[in-house]
Amino acid sequence: MTRLASGGRIDRAQTLRFSFDGTPYTGQAGDTLASALLANGVRLVGRSFKYHRPRGIWGLGAEEPNALVELREGARREPNTRATTAELFEGLAARSQNRWPSLRFDVQAVNGLFGPILSAGFYYKTFMWPASFWEKVYEPLIRRAAGLGRAPEEVDPDAYERMHAHCDVLVIGAGPAGLAAALAAARSGARVILADEDAEPGGRLLADRQEIGGLPAADWAAQVLAELAGFRDVTLLPRTTVFGAFDHGTYGAVQRVADHLATPPEGTPRQRGWTIVARRAVLAAGAVERPIAFAGNDRPGVMSAAAVRGYLNRYAVLPGRRAVVFTAGDDGWRSAADLLAAGAEVTVVEARDAVAPAIAEAARGARQILGARVAGTAGGLGLAGVTLTDGQRLPADLLAVAGGWNPLLNLSGHHGARPRWDDALLAFVPDAAPPGMAVAGAAAGRMTLAACLADGAAAGLRAAEEAGHPGQPLALPRADDEPAGLRALFHVPGRGKAFVDFQHDVTADDIALAAREGFRSVEHAKRYTTLGMATDQGRTSNVTGLAILAAATGRSIAETGTTLFRPPYTPVAIGALAGHQTGRDFRPTRRTPLHGWAAGQGASFVESGAWLRAEWYARPGERGWRDSVDREAQAVRRDVGFCDVSTLGKIEVVGPDAAALLDLVYANDIASLKPGRIRYGVMLREDGFVFDDGTCARFAPDRFLLTTTTANAARVLQHLEYAHQVLRPSLTVALLSVTDAWAQVSLAGPRARTVLGGLLPGVALGNEAFPHMSCAEVVLEGGMPARLYRLSFSGELAYEIGVPPDAAAALADRLLAAGATPYGTEALGVLRIEKGHVGGGELNGQTTAGDLGLGRMLSRRKDFIGRALAQRPALVDPARLVLVGLLAGAVLRGGSHLLAPGAPATTAHDLGHVTSACWSPHLGRMIGLALLAEGRSRIGTRIRVHDPLRGGDTEAEVVEPVFIDREGLRSRG
Amino acid sequence: MRILCPYCGDRDAAEFTTIGSAPPPRPAPDAPMAEWHAFLHLRDNPAGLHAELWQHSQGCRQWLRVMRDTRSHAVAGAEACRS
Ligand SMILES: [Zn+2]
Repeated sequence: MTRLASGGRIDRAQTLRFSFDGTPYTGQAGDTLASALLANGVRLVGRSFKYHRPRGIWGLGAEEPNALVELREGARREPNTRATTAELFEGLAARSQNRWPSLRFDVQAVNGLFGPILSAGFYYKTFMWPASFWEKVYEPLIRRAAGLGRAPEEVDPDAYERMHAHCDVLVIGAGPAGLAAALAAARSGARVILADEDAEPGGRLLADRQEIGGLPAADWAAQVLAELAGFRDVTLLPRTTVFGAFDHGTYGAVQRVADHLATPPEGTPRQRGWTIVARRAVLAAGAVERPIAFAGNDRPGVMSAAAVRGYLNRYAVLPGRRAVVFTAGDDGWRSAADLLAAGAEVTVVEARDAVAPAIAEAARGARQILGARVAGTAGGLGLAGVTLTDGQRLPADLLAVAGGWNPLLNLSGHHGARPRWDDALLAFVPDAAPPGMAVAGAAAGRMTLAACLADGAAAGLRAAEEAGHPGQPLALPRADDEPAGLRALFHVPGRGKAFVDFQHDVTADDIALAAREGFRSVEHAKRYTTLGMATDQGRTSNVTGLAILAAATGRSIAETGTTLFRPPYTPVAIGALAGHQTGRDFRPTRRTPLHGWAAGQGASFVESGAWLRAEWYARPGERGWRDSVDREAQAVRRDVGFCDVSTLGKIEVVGPDAAALLDLVYANDIASLKPGRIRYGVMLREDGFVFDDGTCARFAPDRFLLTTTTANAARVLQHLEYAHQVLRPSLTVALLSVTDAWAQVSLAGPRARTVLGGLLPGVALGNEAFPHMSCAEVVLEGGMPARLYRLSFSGELAYEIGVPPDAAAALADRLLAAGATPYGTEALGVLRIEKGHVGGGELNGQTTAGDLGLGRMLSRRKDFIGRALAQRPALVDPARLVLVGLLAGAVLRGGSHLLAPGAPATTAHDLGHVTSACWSPHLGRMIGLALLAEGRSRIGTRIRVHDPLRGGDTEAEVVEPVFIDREGLRSRG
Repeated sequence: MRILCPYCGDRDAAEFTTIGSAPPPRPAPDAPMAEWHAFLHLRDNPAGLHAELWQHSQGCRQWLRVMRDTRSHAVAGAEACRS
C-alpha cells in the first residue's frame, strides 16, 4: 500500500470495494479510480494504441492520455474512460483495454519490434495495395489491432436529460481564477453559473500546498464556495464540462449527474446536457503540464510532476518511494519538496545549469543534479531506473516530469481564433476569443497563484459590469507568486521511442519523419502522424509536437503555428445531447381524438408522419389484413363506411382579402367560389411543380376553411404565411391552423345520406338543398355544433363531418350504431386508387399539374404562384411521364419500373414507375397508378412491370387512371 | 445562434426555420422567362453580410428578413417582412 498515513481529502472512514481486471481492491470515498489504483500499488493499467506498450497513469484529470479503461459491465459498459476522472464507488468494476490475452502478457506487443512499418503515415503506406484487400483484410485487421475499448451491445438502460439556462456570467472552471471571477460577479449582483468538471471544485487549490490569506488554499476555496452557495442567483454545477462555445453566447455543457454512482437513483438521469446562454463568459480552465519526449517516457511510473503533487496532497497517495524529478523549470522543485515531505527518496534532474538558492533550499533533502537530462528509462511493466544523457543510472520507481504548462485555452478557439506563442511564457496564449468571452488565470498564461486570483477577480467584475451589473473590486486575500522560471525543453534526442502523443502512439521520430517527407504544415503533419487526434485532442501532446516539428523544419514555434480547436472539448455521450428524445420519444406522437375509440374497436395503427392512424379494424374470422381491408372497402362501395380523417391539415383563412390571398396560392380560381360551396384546389410551388392538393370550403365571403394532405399540413401553412407576409403584405387576412380543433370523419357509401339524416333530422340533404361540393355549419341531434362538407375522396356519395374533439367518440358510436362500417387508411387508399385520386406517391415534388391530369385546372385569368415557371419547356414537354392506370393479373408493387415489352431492363429503356398499387376488391384485380413516358398514347397497350429489388416481373395493361365510375355519378347521387 | 425577433425578443435559432437567401422581388406575371429564371435560381453567396429569410415558426410565425454575416454568424438585425 502506498497510502499516506494522514492528509488528503479522502474519507478514511468510508472504504469502498472495487475491482480491476477482476482483482478485488479497496479505496476510500473521494478517490478516483486512478488514485485508488496507485494507492494499491497498481501501476500498469493499459496497453497503448499501436504498439501495445504497457502504460500507466500520467495525469490527474481530464488531460489523461494513457489510463483509459472500460468502466462498469453489461449494458452500462463504457469504453475509453479516463481512470483519473472516474470517481470511485462501491462495487465499481473496471477493465484494462487493448490487450490480449492479458494485460501483463500481450502478444501484440511484438508490434513494437515492427516499429518502422507503424511509423508516421503507416495507414497510408502499408495498406495501399491491392485495393480489394482494404475492406476484407486491412480494415478489420487494423480495427482489431487498434481498437481500444468495446462499446456495449445492449441498449443504454439509463435516462438522460436536456436543460436550458440563461445567465449574466458563465464561469468555466472553479480553480483560483474561476472562484475569484464567480465571487466578483456574484457580489455585483449578476446571475452566475459556475461550471467545473471535477467532483469537488477548487482545481489546483486542492492539489497544491499553498496558502491564501493565511488559510490552506483548499479551505479558502471551501469558504468561497459556501459564500457562492448563499446567493440566490448563483448556480454551481460540479461534475460539469463546458465542451463547446457556440454562436452568440451559447455554450454546451454536460453534467455527469450520476456517473459517480453504481446506478442512477430512480428518477435521476445519468447525465444532463445543458445549453447555457450567457451574456458574458469567463474561461478559467487552467493549464495542464506537458511531458518531455525522451526514450521510454511512456513506461508505467513516469508521471506528470504536478499530477504527483495532486496524488500526494489531494488523495494522500505516494506514487513512488524512490523518485526522480526531471524538470525544466521551478515548478518541478515543488513536486520534489512535496515528495520529500511525504517521505520519499528524491533526486532532482534539472535541465537548467542553475536555480535560485531558495528553490534548491526548499528541496535540500534531495540529491540535485543540475544541467542534466533524462535519456531513457529501464524496467519491464513498470519503471525500475532512469538513465541520464551522461550515462549515469539512477534506480527509481517514479519519474516525475515537469516540462512546463500548456494553458487550456481550447474554448477560446472554438470560433476559429488561433492562439499566439509567447516566447517568455513558453506557451500558447489566447490572442482572441469568441464575442463575450474573457480568458482568465492560467488559461490566459497567468502562471502563479496571486496572478490567477487577481486576474480572475478582475475578469469576473468586468463580465458582470458588461452584463449590466456594475460592482466593487474584490478585496483579495494575500497569496504568493510562486517561482515559475522555465527553460524550453521539449525533446531529449536519443535511441528508442520517445513518445509525444501517448494516446495515438506518435513519437518524436514520427514527427521528424513527417517533416522529412514534406508534411511541414502543422495541419498536414497532424493528419499524417495523427498527432493530437485522439480523444484527448492532444491536450498534453500538441505543443511538444509543434516544438519538434519546428525544430525539424528549422522554424520557430511561432512560425510553425498551431492547429484549430474544435468542439467538443472532451468526448460527450450522444445520450446527453439527445436527452429523453430517443426511441418512441424521439418526437411527440400525435393521436387523433378518435384514437382511443379506434383502439377499442380493434384497430391496428400505422405511423403517418408524427401521427398514428387506424390502418384497419380486424374482425373475428379474418385471416389477415387483406381480408379486413377488402371487407372495409367493399362496405363503402356497397353500403356505407366511415373513416377518421382528422389528420388532414385544416387551415382557417379569414379577412376581407382572404379570397385574394387564396387566388395567389391556388392554381385554380377561388374568388368565384360562392359561400356554402367547396372547390378542389391545387397549389404549385413557385418552380411550377405541384406542391399540395386539398379542398377549399367557403363558409362566408370572408371566411374559408382549407384542407391539406396530412403530410404537408405544416408546410402549407408556412407557404400561406410566406405568400401573405412576404409577397402580399398589404392584404388584410389572418391564418390559423385548426387541425387539432376539429375531429373529422368521412362518411361514404350509397347509404351515407340515410345515416347522416339520422344525425340531422329535419335538415334537407337532397341534391337540390345540399349538392355535391357544398358546406354548411349545422347542429347535430343532441345539440352538438358541427361542420358538414359534401365531398368525396372514394368516389361514393360522401360527407365529411367536423366536430369538436371531445364529441368525436360519441359521433363514431352513433355512426356505428346506424350500421356504418369503420374503415382505416388501407381501405381509404384502395378507394382512392380505384377512383384515381392522386396521393403521396404521385405528389412527389417532381410532377406537374399536367402530369397528373390536372392541367386544365390552371387558371389563365389570374397570376398565381408557379404560373410562369410551370410554362418552362421541360415542364410542358410532351415526352414527360404522365399519370396512367395499370391493370394486372399478378402482384403490382409501388416503385416497380416500367419497360416496353421485350425491352432489356436497363436504365436507358426505363419508361417510368408504379406510384401506387393495391388489390381492388371491386374489380377483383391488381390495379395501380403509374407515371409513364408518353402515357396517354400508350393507353390500351401492354407494359412490362419490372421489380429487380423484390424480384417481380409481370405485364400489365395501361388504362385510364380511374377504375370506377368515370362519369362521377356515384358521388353526385 | 440567436436572433432578435422584433416581436418576441432574443430567441434561440432552434425556434426559427429558414429558406436561406432572401429572394429578389417577385417578377411581374408577364415578365420574360429570363427574369423568372433569375428570381428562382440566381442568388449571391457573399462572404459577409447576407440577407436571409427566417420564419419564427415556434414563436410569432412572422417571416423575418435577417442580416447575417456568413463569416462570423453575427446578426446585424432582423425585421418583419410585412413592415
Ligand atoms: Zn417572434
